Amino acid sequence: MKFLLYRRSVIPGFNLALGFTLLYVGLIVLIPLSAAFIKTASLTWPVFLETVTTPRVMASYRLSFGASFLAALINTVFGFIVAWVLVRYSFPGKRIIDALVDLPFALPTAVAGIALTAVYAPNGWLGQYLVPLGIKVAFTPLGVLVALTFIGLPFVVRTIQPVLQDFEREAEEAAASLGATRWQTFFRVILPDILPATVTGFALAFARALGEYGSVIFIAGNVPLVSEITPLLIISKLEQYDYVGATAIAVVMLSVSFVLLLIINALQAWAQRRDSKA
Amino acid sequence: MAAIAMKLSDPAVARAQATTESPLVKWLLIAVAIAFLAVMLLIPVFAVFAEALRKGWQAYFSAFAEPDAWSAIQLTLTVAAIAVPANLVFGVAASWAIAKFEFRGKQVLLTLIDLPFSVSPVISGLIYVLIFGLQGWLGPWLNEHDIKIIFAVPGIVLATIFVTFPFVARELIPLMQAQGTEEEEAALVLGASGWQTFWHVTLPNIKWGLLYGVILCNARAMGEFGAVSVVSGHIRGMTNTLPLHVEILYNEYNFVAAFSVASLLALLALVTLVLKTSLEWKTRRELQELSPEQVQP
Repeated sequence: MKFLLYRRSVIPGFNLALGFTLLYVGLIVLIPLSAAFIKTASLTWPVFLETVTTPRVMASYRLSFGASFLAALINTVFGFIVAWVLVRYSFPGKRIIDALVDLPFALPTAVAGIALTAVYAPNGWLGQYLVPLGIKVAFTPLGVLVALTFIGLPFVVRTIQPVLQDFEREAEEAAASLGATRWQTFFRVILPDILPATVTGFALAFARALGEYGSVIFIAGNVPLVSEITPLLIISKLEQYDYVGATAIAVVMLSVSFVLLLIINALQAWAQRRDSKA
Repeated sequence: MAAIAMKLSDPAVARAQATTESPLVKWLLIAVAIAFLAVMLLIPVFAVFAEALRKGWQAYFSAFAEPDAWSAIQLTLTVAAIAVPANLVFGVAASWAIAKFEFRGKQVLLTLIDLPFSVSPVISGLIYVLIFGLQGWLGPWLNEHDIKIIFAVPGIVLATIFVTFPFVARELIPLMQAQGTEEEEAALVLGASGWQTFWHVTLPNIKWGLLYGVILCNARAMGEFGAVSVVSGHIRGMTNTLPLHVEILYNEYNFVAAFSVASLLALLALVTLVLKTSLEWKTRRELQELSPEQVQP
């Protein structure tokens, strides 16, 4: 069996295009990323583990991972509803709302950060109603949750929308003609088909929220051990010239990011298979 | 029983009842969706403009009269002017290699191209500090030759390139894959050179996807905060981009100025959304036109 490294083609430019691509990716992505791992490799295992498991770092993991998970969950529930509403119903202003869903993609994170803080501060548009009720959003972990929900919002909606769009209504009609109630149809016919896309959207929102910095640091309290997210901790260490510590924590986050990336790729492959089966 | 039988005997009614929710559920869902989006998206955007204009138009414009604001605008534009074309060339090259040829390791390359999306912006900046910073790999050499990368404009450009380079590639790759190689092969058979094929056959086909990718890339390049924050050193008037300038003003409790500058970025975001949506309709139509003719390999 012949092992082809690449199939010869009449189209020119392969060497040039691939060469340039690999050079670019190597210089911009691979070499800098490897710098983080190489620097951390200078630490022995015990020192490394100690650096990344101090109480302050652990508290930041809890906040970053916990808030990201909850935010992705909220986005999955509401994002599903938004996607459903945009695909299945028509109502005035639907086009504008559809375009608006992408706002967190387009808005700079710093702008989002100060805007959310202004809204939820005690004298803010929503804060003025929430604080008397005892719900403090600004400068608390709850604020982090709100910011991360904002940032992940488009991911779930945009992942579910195309799948919902392509969903065959005949299956619903078949289920109804066989006597299923609307609820039964939804849970047993529609939901299983949308599930891969929903889970993928959740994973994407989670991954995005995990590393988020700009929109969070304004509304979070940034108090160590209480409301400090991991990216902020990395920057604090950098400002104190603790490059080794900062890089160690960065390596932990990078490893989690890579694992998430692999999971997301697998989820997308699962969704593709589901799609092609239908 | 008879009433139900009579209702179901009308096929249109029966079909509609079977496959839609009751109007109550429908409008409840719409209300929930709109309320969620209004709270999460609309109110913050309104807040930006409301806070910017809190002290009136005079105060709003005076925020831009400051020289620091102007150098921030200039720097942001410069960085975008370098990063976006560079990533454009890369995106075209990468999608040409991936879409028009078969080779091993394609999936690995695709994953590598997607990497910056999964890396935290802070870490994106950190890795460049590790290489070009004073204590970094090239630090001493750069210091000797008096070349400043970190805490200067080149570092900001590099970090921005890292964060934004997937955008064009990710747009073009599925588009060019869907378009296949027939047109290029036909052009070559008819005697066109490689570059002629590219300019006259490929480029017109991908122009909307290209524009879409460029718009997204540009929006992210101008708005990037975390990565630039790490490499810039926050030197006023020299290494502050617009988002960083917003942060500085905000941290100085100069809220009106901060929101005024932020409103400029918010306007950029809204323009991006408008352009993005209109291009989406164009590319969707283009992809739809292709799919009936596309032969699955």
